[in-house]
Amino acid sequence: MESVGSIIVYVVIALAIIICSVLAVTTRKILRAATYLLFALFATAALYFKLDYEFLGAVQIAVYAGGIVVLFVFSILLTSHPGDNSAKLASKKRVLGLLAAVAMLVVAGYSLISRTSMLAATAAGDNPAMKEIGTALMGTGHGQYLLPFEAISVLLLACIIGGVAIARKR
Amino acid sequence: MDLTILYYLIPSLIMFCCGVYGFITRRNMIAILISLELMLNSVDINFVVFNRFLFPGDMEGMFFTLFAIGLAAAETALAIAIIINVFRVSENIDVRDITKMKY
Repeated sequence: MESVGSIIVYVVIALAIIICSVLAVTTRKILRAATYLLFALFATAALYFKLDYEFLGAVQIAVYAGGIVVLFVFSILLTSHPGDNSAKLASKKRVLGLLAAVAMLVVAGYSLISRTSMLAATAAGDNPAMKEIGTALMGTGHGQYLLPFEAISVLLLACIIGGVAIARKR
Repeated sequence: MDLTILYYLIPSLIMFCCGVYGFITRRNMIAILISLELMLNSVDINFVVFNRFLFPGDMEGMFFTLFAIGLAAAETALAIAIIINVFRVSENIDVRDITKMKY
C-alpha cells in the first residue's frame, strides 16, 4: 500500500512526462521543442529519484539537462531563426505518423495490460550505496563493469576527436 | 492503491510513441534528433523500472542505463557536428532538401 503523498508525486511525474513529450513533438517552434524535451528529461530524473536511484537521477540531470540540451539549444540558435514556425505538415505524412504511433501504442499497451502476473510486482529494495556503485564500476569480477567503463571512455575520446574533425572549418 | 510496474511502463510507452511520431513527421534534422532522444530516454526508464521491480537485489538495469546515457551523449554530440557541417554546405537542415549525394 502506497502513501497518498507517493501517489500524488507519481501522478505529477507521469503527467509531466506525458504532456511534455507530446508537446515536444507537436509544437512548431523548434526552440520550444527543445525546452519541452528538457522538462521531459527532468521528469525522468524525478522518476529515478522516486524509484530510489539517486545517483542515476543526478547523472540524468548532469548529462542530459546540463550537456545534451545545451548542445541542442546551441545548434538550434546556430542553424535556424528561433522565432520561425516550421512548415505545416502535409496531412498524409501526419496521418502516417499518427498511424504508426497509435498502432504501436495499442499493440504494446494491450500486451502490457493483458500480462496480469506483472501487475503484482511492487517496488522493492533500496537506494544502492555510492560505495557499491563504485566497486561495481571498478571491478573485474562477476557483475562488475570495468571493461564497459573503459570501452565507453575510449568511445567518448573517439567522439571528441570525431566531432572536432567533422565540424572543423576547412 | 499500489503503484505496480504497469504504472511506470505506461508513461514510458507513451513517451516512446511520441518519439516515433516525431521521428516520422518532423523535417528539421534537429527536431528528428530530439524525437530520437525521447525514444532513448523511454528505453532507459524501462531498464530502471524492470531493475527496481523485478530484480531489486541487482544493479544491472541501473548500469545499463548509466552506459546508455553516456552513449546518448556521444551520439548527440556527433550528430550535431554532422548537422552543423551539413548546414555549412547547404545552408539548410531540412531533410527533404539534402539530396546532394542521392543521384
